[in-house]
Amino acid sequence: MESKLIKRRKIKNALFQGALMSIIIFSIIILLLLLYQVFKVGFSHLSLSFITSMPSRFANQAGIASALAGSIWTITLTILFAVPLGVGTAIYLEEYANQKSWFTKIIQVNISNLAGVPSIVYGMLGLAVFVRFLNFQRSILSGALTLALLILPVIIVASQEALKSVPSTLKEGSYALGVSKWQTITGVVIPFSLPGILTGSILAVSRAMGEAAPLIMIGAAGYIGFMPRSPLDSFTVLPIQIFNWTSRPQAEFQNIAAAGIIVLLVLLLSMNAFAIILRNKYQNRMD
Amino acid sequence: MKTITKKITTILALALVTPLILTACGQSGNSLTGEVKIDGSSTVFPITEAVAEEFTAQNPDLKIPVGVSGTGGGFKKFTIGETDISDASRPIKDEEAQVAKDNGIDYSIYQVAYDGISIVVSKDNTWVKNLTTDELKMIWSPDSKISTWKDIRPEWPNEKIKFYAPGTDSGTFDYFTEEINGESGAIRADFTGSEDDNVLVQGIAGDKNALGFFGFAYYEENQDKLNLVSVNDVTPSLDTIKDGTYTPLSRPLYIYVSNKSLDRPEVNAFVKFYLENAGMLAKEVGYIPLPDKIYADQLDLFNK
Repeated sequence: MESKLIKRRKIKNALFQGALMSIIIFSIIILLLLLYQVFKVGFSHLSLSFITSMPSRFANQAGIASALAGSIWTITLTILFAVPLGVGTAIYLEEYANQKSWFTKIIQVNISNLAGVPSIVYGMLGLAVFVRFLNFQRSILSGALTLALLILPVIIVASQEALKSVPSTLKEGSYALGVSKWQTITGVVIPFSLPGILTGSILAVSRAMGEAAPLIMIGAAGYIGFMPRSPLDSFTVLPIQIFNWTSRPQAEFQNIAAAGIIVLLVLLLSMNAFAIILRNKYQNRMD
Repeated sequence: MKTITKKITTILALALVTPLILTACGQSGNSLTGEVKIDGSSTVFPITEAVAEEFTAQNPDLKIPVGVSGTGGGFKKFTIGETDISDASRPIKDEEAQVAKDNGIDYSIYQVAYDGISIVVSKDNTWVKNLTTDELKMIWSPDSKISTWKDIRPEWPNEKIKFYAPGTDSGTFDYFTEEINGESGAIRADFTGSEDDNVLVQGIAGDKNALGFFGFAYYEENQDKLNLVSVNDVTPSLDTIKDGTYTPLSRPLYIYVSNKSLDRPEVNAFVKFYLENAGMLAKEVGYIPLPDKIYADQLDLFNK
């Protein structure tokens, strides 16, 4: 009797495992198909002149230089705004704020909700606040600030989780040695939670890099025939340029759109790789 | 800890400097400088992009960012003076014109090209060659009773039609519903819509019983997969759209230019260049040029 029950549980277990496995395989296959398609179409269009040329109405002369520069500018500024602010907020909420006060609770609920707001809404906010009220115009600065707002909640929530994972024994050990709170945070808490904070920041920044809708909303251009030289210049970014090309009637534009996607992927992956190297370095140190 | 902070600062500094290096290679000459700000319709975008590309080649220090926030989105910025030129695939609405007036924005309107809307079926569809405006209205009206080809003409097959149309945000959709159903936005509910006309092309090409409409340029690029349907016995083509016989499904595309901005030499020169070259450039990017006389008349008007 008992063995029958055990057998049934084992079957259930195997079924569940199989189901999970097929879900993984399904999603990986779809991803691989997408990548295969993009590389098959786009790879032959990749060249140095594609990277260094401006967009053009002739697909074979069109390049991605201004969009690539715009993306690098925007994302760099976004990181500079969002990561310090986000991590700082998380440290305040976890280490300093009174967890039981209603004020902290309201802030906490708000941040979690903001993480689920559609990006176009941030675009409208950015248009009203940065472009018009602060009069930054349709500039890289407006775009970066908008994207920074968009990813702040994600960074805050992820950093908070990372900070929570610091064992209290470590902190108490630090305090027991007579170390101040500030020194405990910079010397124990942050180094220990940095891998988690970095992972959250990578995910958030990657999202910002792929956004087109809020930037179109604040007035990022579809065509830029010059290199942006300051944060107050008009700009476009890779996702807008790619979208723009895919919606053209001519098939050649869809091919160079695929090449553009590869450039975006490479940019994204190299940034992620850099963050992962940084994270591993820290992880090893803590172990 | 310290070394890490140092490294992070170095890397951040590098990241900031890289774009600067990328952009350091500029040039200067005896040409126009400043910025001509343009936003508006994504339909007109390819033409304005082509003009901007050519004009930038002559004036490398002039910046001409062209936005794509749609005709309505473009007018929102234009009517409060944020842009110099607005691309539009329909005339300005009364409300929008009122906002411009309230903000003291005077503007001039120029036509730059025609865009035809083509009715298409799949290559496998051998029976639909022509539809009249009345039949189109019968098919697409919000209270349409048509569900099979037989409902349109008795000699056609008794098979269900699948409907494809551009998404409700597009100017093509607005124009078609206004011309055919008499009211912008009024249409039967059971159609497959997409903002991306290439998706419509794929859908219609793969289905014998599909019927749809979209910009003429998308038909031209996909002639091998689609059959064109004539309207009131007129087949859309470069000539029939240009001379106005393909009606009512062809529409003019516009640019709206702020008169105040025209005082700036770079805007003035750009608009002049636009009107001089719109015909040739529009054709290159898949639109239909206006008759030469209209361009010439507009230029005369502009020069005054």
